[in-house]
Amino acid sequence: MHAGVRRRACVGCPQIGTAAMERVRVELIVNGVVREVDVPAGVPLIFTLRNALGLKSVKLGCGLEQCGACKVLVDGAPALSCVSLTESFEGRRVETVEGLQNGGALHPVQSALLGENAAQCGYCLSGIVMAAKALFDRTPTPSRDEIRAALDDHLCRCGAHPRILRALERLTGHG
Amino acid sequence: MAELPASLKRNPSLDLWVQIDPRDTITVRTGKVEIGQGILTALTLIAAEELDVDPTRVRVETAVTGRSPNELITAGSMSVEDSGSALRQACAHARRIMLERAGSDLGVEVVALEVIDGEIGVPGANRTVTYWDVQGGRPFGRQIEEWVAEKLPTDYRVVGKGIGRIDLPAKVRGEGVFVHDLALPGMLHARVIRPPGYHYRLMSLDRARLDRDAALVELVMDGSFVAVIAEEEYAAVALMDLAARSAAWQRIDQMEVPAELSEHLVKREAGAFPIVDGVPREAPLPVLQIPDESMKVRASYSRPYVMHASLAPSAAAALWDADRLTIWSHSQGVELLGPTVAKVLGIAPQQVTVIHTQGAGAYGHNGADDVALDAALCARAVPGRPVLLKWTRQQEHQWEPYGPAMRIDLEAHIDGSGGVQTWSHDVWSFTHVGRPMPLHEGSELIAAWHLAKPFPRVPPAPRLGPEVGIHRNAWPLYRFPQTRVVKRFVADSPLRTSSLRGLGAHANVFAIESFMNELALRAGADPIAFRLRHVDDARARDVIERVGAMAKRSVTAASARARGRGLGFARYKNQQCYAAVMVEAEVDLDTAEVRVNHVWIAADAGRIVDPDGIVNQLEGGAVQSLSWTLKEAVAFDRDGVTSVDWDSYPILRFSEVPTVTTELIDRPQMRSLGAGEATQGPTAAAVANAVANATGIRVRKLPMTPEQLRASASG
Repeated sequence: MHAGVRRRACVGCPQIGTAAMERVRVELIVNGVVREVDVPAGVPLIFTLRNALGLKSVKLGCGLEQCGACKVLVDGAPALSCVSLTESFEGRRVETVEGLQNGGALHPVQSALLGENAAQCGYCLSGIVMAAKALFDRTPTPSRDEIRAALDDHLCRCGAHPRILRALERLTGHG
Repeated sequence: MAELPASLKRNPSLDLWVQIDPRDTITVRTGKVEIGQGILTALTLIAAEELDVDPTRVRVETAVTGRSPNELITAGSMSVEDSGSALRQACAHARRIMLERAGSDLGVEVVALEVIDGEIGVPGANRTVTYWDVQGGRPFGRQIEEWVAEKLPTDYRVVGKGIGRIDLPAKVRGEGVFVHDLALPGMLHARVIRPPGYHYRLMSLDRARLDRDAALVELVMDGSFVAVIAEEEYAAVALMDLAARSAAWQRIDQMEVPAELSEHLVKREAGAFPIVDGVPREAPLPVLQIPDESMKVRASYSRPYVMHASLAPSAAAALWDADRLTIWSHSQGVELLGPTVAKVLGIAPQQVTVIHTQGAGAYGHNGADDVALDAALCARAVPGRPVLLKWTRQQEHQWEPYGPAMRIDLEAHIDGSGGVQTWSHDVWSFTHVGRPMPLHEGSELIAAWHLAKPFPRVPPAPRLGPEVGIHRNAWPLYRFPQTRVVKRFVADSPLRTSSLRGLGAHANVFAIESFMNELALRAGADPIAFRLRHVDDARARDVIERVGAMAKRSVTAASARARGRGLGFARYKNQQCYAAVMVEAEVDLDTAEVRVNHVWIAADAGRIVDPDGIVNQLEGGAVQSLSWTLKEAVAFDRDGVTSVDWDSYPILRFSEVPTVTTELIDRPQMRSLGAGEATQGPTAAAVANAVANATGIRVRKLPMTPEQLRASASG
C-alpha cells in the first residue's frame, strides 16, 4: 500500500489552512502517459485524477480509506487515492480503469465481471477491477482465499459479492 | 379483454411511451429509474419482444419530469409490474398501428403480416416495409383507451432468455455514468455544512474568515443552512472544513436515548390497527377464542434502526437559469421531488425539471432527495452556473432516514397434533414512509428544517393501505383457524426514518419464520413439514419444497464448529415474488461469531423477463440481509448518531460472504411478480433458524452479534 503524505479528513486538522492555498506542479505517469498537473497543494490524488485529468472511473465513496471505491494502482501496487496527497505521487506510475482498455478491448478482469453480470449499481466496480488486476498481475491463478483477501478492503452494498467472486474464480480457470 | 395497466391509464398518450426514431432504432420511455435493479434491461427485453425487433435497436430513456410517463416513484419492487406491463401494452398498440399502415401500403390484410426485426411483410413474399418506413420520426398522436391483444408468452423469443445487463459495459469500463461524475459546462462544486446532530442550531459563523478566502465563490447561509461553492471540487472540500471550524452550534434539545429500543417501542403510546388480509381496519381489536387443551407459545422479536448506507454519498447537480430550475438527481421519486423542492424555494412546480441521473444503489429512501434541495439552494445563489453538490460519508451516515426499529410479539396455541389453532401478531414501529410528498404540510427535506424561515417536519402518520409500511407481511400466508394481527404505530422516533428495502416485511418475516421454527420444535415436527401443513398455496409449497431439495443435494462438511441449517419463507407483500431461503451457518462456540457458509434460494416471480436480473436481485438481497442480520445497528447518543462511517457501522465483507445458489420456477403464463425485496425477510429468519439448529440458541433480537448470541444463550 502506498504510504504518501496524508490529508486527514477530520475537522480541525491544522494543515488545512485556507482553501485558496498555493498551487503545486506535479508530474505523474498516468496510464502510461506523462501528465503535468497544476493543482492546489494538499489535494488528495482522487480529485486530481477525476477533475484535472477527467478520469471518472475513480470513485469517491468515503474519503476515509475505508471502502475501496477509489482504488488505483501506483507502480503496479493497489493504492487508495482518496486521502494521499497528489504531490506525494510525483514521478510515480498511476493506473486507473481507463488505462486497462487496450484499443477498446476489455481487460480479462473486466470481461470476466461482465460475463457474470457481476454488479448491481456498479459504483464499487472500478476499485474492484483495479484490485483484481493487481492480484492477477502478481498471481495468475490465485486461490479462492487469495481472491477474497485481495477484495476484503472493498465494500459492496448491493450484495454483488458472490457474482464478483464467481467471475474472478472463473478467470483462474478452475472456477 | 384485460384492463389497462394503471401506469397507462395515468399516461395514455402512446407517444410518451414509444417513439419510432427516424432510422433503425426505437426509443421507449419509462417513469421508473435504474437503481441497479436492472430495469433498463428488463424494459428493453419487453419492448423488443412485443415489437419484434432485436434488443439492440431499443433505447430506454428513464425519468425526466415533463417528458417521461409519470410513474411517481421507483419502489416496492413494482418496476416490471407497473412499467413493464404498461410498456408491453403500449408497444402492442404501436405494433398494431404500424401493421395497419403497412397492410394498406402493401395492399394485404393485417393478419397476413409478420414482423422480423422491424421489417413487415407477408411470409414468403419479397415486398416488405419497415417500422421506420411507415412511422420513422413521426409521432403516433394516439391516446391508448382500450386494451389490445399482446403477443402470447409461448411465442416469446427474448423475454425469459436475458441479454446481460445493458448498463454494465459502461460501468465496467469506468465511464462517468453517475450524477457524481457530471461535468456540465461552467459547473461549480459545492459542499454543505451540517449541524453536529438533529437538535442544533447555528449560533454564529465567522463569515469574514471565509470571505477572505479567494477560493470561495459563494457562501450560502440561510438560518442553520450553510453551504460553500467553489470553482474546484477540492476547494469546496477545504472550504467546508474551514466553515465547519468557523461555525458555533447550540444544542437546543437532547436526543432521546432509550436504554432498550424494543422495550421503548412497546411503552410508547401507539395507534393500534387490526390487520385483516394485509389491510388495516379502524375497528376494535379482534379477540381470539383460546381452545381447550392447547399449548401456548409466545416470543418477542426485534430489529434496531438499520441504515441504507449507499456506497456513494448522495449527490445532486442543479442549475438556476432565468427562473427555471433543473435538477440532476438519483432520487427514486423525481416526480415527487420537483414539486417538493419548488415549495421550499417558493416557485411554481412547473418551473422545476428533474432529470434522473444514476447514483449508487439506494435500497429505498436515502439522502438523494435531501441533497437535491441542498444543490438547488446553492444553484439559486449562482444563477446561470450549474452546481454539483456531494455529501460526505459522515453526512450520509448521520442524516439519511433510517429503516425504523421494530418489535414483534407473537403468540400461538398449538393442539395435541401439533396444529396451530390461534396465531397472534403485534408489531410496533415508527413510520416507514418519510418520502417527500408535495401536498404534505411542512417538508420532509433536511435543508427546509434549517432555513431561517423553517418548514416544520411533516408529522408521521400511520399508512392504512394494503401491505404498506409497518404491517407489510405482518399478515401470515399460512392458514390458521384464528389469526389476529395488530399494527401499532409509534409516532415519535428519536431518529429520522423512512423506507428501507422491504419496509416492515424484513422484521415481520424474521419474526413469523423464526416463530414457525419455534412452534415446529415444540410440536416435535420437521420445520419444512410443519410449514407445508399450514399452507394451502401451491406456489408457496413449491418454493419451500424446492429449496429443501436444493439444500439436501449439498452435504454438510464436518467442522469443529457448530453447524446448522435453517429455512425462511415469504411471499413478498403476500402478492409478489415467492421466496424460500435456506441457510447453512456455523457458530464458533468460543467467540460466539456466526458465519454463513451457504445460502440456497428458490423463488417464483411468475413470468420471468430477465432471469439473471432476478437472480441478481434475489442473491444481492440475501447478502444485504445477511449484513443487516449479522452486523448492523445504528448507534446514537444524546448528541446524535454515532454511526458515522464504515468503521463505526461495519457491513458484510468479501471474506464473510457465503456461496449462494438460486433456482427460479418460471411461470410463463402468469403475470410477472416483483422480486427485488423478496429475500430480505426470509434470509434473516433462515440465519436465526440455522443458528438455533446449530447451537440450540434462539436469537430473537437483531443483529446477531457475538454479544447478542451470548445474551440470548443466557436469557
